[in-house]
Amino acid sequence: MRFVATLIIAFRALRRNKLRSVLTALGMIIGVGAVIAMVSMGNGAKAQVEAQIAGLGQNVISIFPGSMTSGGLRGGWGSASTLSVDDAEAIKREIPGAIGVSVEVRDRQQVMANGLNWNTSVSGVSPDYLDVRAWPLADGEFFSDNDVRTTAKVCVIGKTIADQLFAGTDPIGQNIRVRNIPMRVIGVLGSKGFNFFGQDQDDVLLVPYTTAMKRVTRRDRINSILVQAPSQESMERVQEEVTALLQQRRQGREPDFTVRNQLEIAEVATASSKTMTALLAGIAFVSLVVGGIGIMNIMLVSVTERTREIGIRLAVGAHGKDVLMQFLTEAVVLSVLGGALGILLGIGTAQGLAIWKGWPVEISTASVVVAFFFSAAVGIFFGFYPARKAAQLDPIDALRYE
Amino acid sequence: MQPVVKLEDIHKTYSNGEIEVRAVRGVSLEIHQGEFVALMGASGSGKSTLMNMLGCLDRPTSGRYLLDGIDVSSLDRNERADIRNQKLGFVFQGFNLLARTTALENVELPMLYAKKRISSREMRERAMQALDIVGLSKRFDHYPSQLSGGQQQRVAIARALVNQPQVLLADEPTGNLDSKTSVEVMGVFQKLNDQGITILMVTHELDIASYCKRNLILRDGVIVSDVQVSPRLMADEELRKLAAAEAAAKLTDAPSAH
Repeated sequence: MRFVATLIIAFRALRRNKLRSVLTALGMIIGVGAVIAMVSMGNGAKAQVEAQIAGLGQNVISIFPGSMTSGGLRGGWGSASTLSVDDAEAIKREIPGAIGVSVEVRDRQQVMANGLNWNTSVSGVSPDYLDVRAWPLADGEFFSDNDVRTTAKVCVIGKTIADQLFAGTDPIGQNIRVRNIPMRVIGVLGSKGFNFFGQDQDDVLLVPYTTAMKRVTRRDRINSILVQAPSQESMERVQEEVTALLQQRRQGREPDFTVRNQLEIAEVATASSKTMTALLAGIAFVSLVVGGIGIMNIMLVSVTERTREIGIRLAVGAHGKDVLMQFLTEAVVLSVLGGALGILLGIGTAQGLAIWKGWPVEISTASVVVAFFFSAAVGIFFGFYPARKAAQLDPIDALRYE
Repeated sequence: MQPVVKLEDIHKTYSNGEIEVRAVRGVSLEIHQGEFVALMGASGSGKSTLMNMLGCLDRPTSGRYLLDGIDVSSLDRNERADIRNQKLGFVFQGFNLLARTTALENVELPMLYAKKRISSREMRERAMQALDIVGLSKRFDHYPSQLSGGQQQRVAIARALVNQPQVLLADEPTGNLDSKTSVEVMGVFQKLNDQGITILMVTHELDIASYCKRNLILRDGVIVSDVQVSPRLMADEELRKLAAAEAAAKLTDAPSAH
């Protein structure tokens, strides 16, 4: 029998029992809708986390000093001041894959300007810092190698400081006093918002690292070195080279530093959202299976109810295969229609949550396609048994069935 | 000329665990083109079993069944379905039309399962022709529930005719109809038979059998009587008589109404 004819027969049969068809499809509608909506939410959350990870910079490898043990107390990572500016310079000089290198010297200070004061994070960094962290300037300019050489009293401030100390006025050219040393503001950073851990990334004051070491921390220890690799693929190679170089510079002593790359950090951060997505998808999958069982149930009822019809079809020359196809098509039409409506429902729910609740959602085409084909597969899987039951009926018994 | 239906020593035994039921015990029969045969018998005589085998719905336990020269007694399920589709037309006691499906679509049904693909236009044309033969072309878009019993049976006859079968098999076609409608349906069969269509029907009503040309009587699984019908009832004539009788009844009734 022709495919189109089978399809028409299926549609006619479903139309005859509109309410029942709709109720049966409802299982699929809700199942598929749940899949789409939940995966969208999971993806939205993941995308948000990924954006924050990307905020750390582009293809960044971080080097932290090792731990220091003094008198039996182990200090944890970063407690030893074993990284030096020389290390950073060596990396920049000898590793061609390190396209950007910046040291970082951090301190918290009470800073003053305009008769206002504010406690903030003061970071001494290299001129490469903004490139490494993929951080644009909103206004002004960044300090140069020359500023680093001359330990210039210049700074670049984050948006939060600009708002807190220079509300309404242009901060460029004005002075901020850090440890009572006036520093001229030469640039304002673009806003980065809060990071994954809820810290305000814009609450920062950047100065040349030499300035920081000489005038702010008054020590020569540095907190970390950031190295930028040219691409994600080359990150691991550069990481190995950096490790090898630093190891070589330590001439066989125990490694007193640790090297992390951004992917590792990203992996940890996205792991939780991945678990969440998997959980949501699991729940949605269960509801799809329940929807499929609903279809199987109704198809079994339908086969019993239409035994006589099956008998007639077999008597006038339908093969078992034709009857099988007819009922299978009905099940698939039900589930695919349900799936299509479910996709609309899911997209609508996701968009609704995005608009009214402001949740981050991201509707992935893949989830829509997968949900659609999965619903068709559910129809085939759960429709097959009832359809086969119909196809195997004996025409004589089926015709006599009351 | 070779017979359309040729049965050679057909047996059918049902075994239900230990009990064996020999429903048909050696039937040999020839039916030629243009015959109009009534198969009669009490219930349990094996006529339904025989009919199922004639209709290729069931296979004989032993014996040979040649339909239009083809040995169909050993065909498998799908081959028998094709034979039913191409060479046989079925009319049932309970009409067996698809509910909530128009008369036209009911008649189109066998063509949906034809081995050779038929265009939907041709299907519609042929279905309309078949409905025209049974005098229902004007009601092609009616649903079975909107048709009387006689009309439903005529739709069923149209459906049986639509693939131009070798034999029309009717299983108690008048069993669910009142006597007048029965005669009308027999009229349709007679008309079809006059056009050369071979008809084999099962009935237990003697007067209905008298509209056929040949009567077979089955008892305990064997044919005990095979006679040509004489005198044969003609449906047209009987309907005229019935109409006259009705009119007469009204005439005689008319004065007493005053």
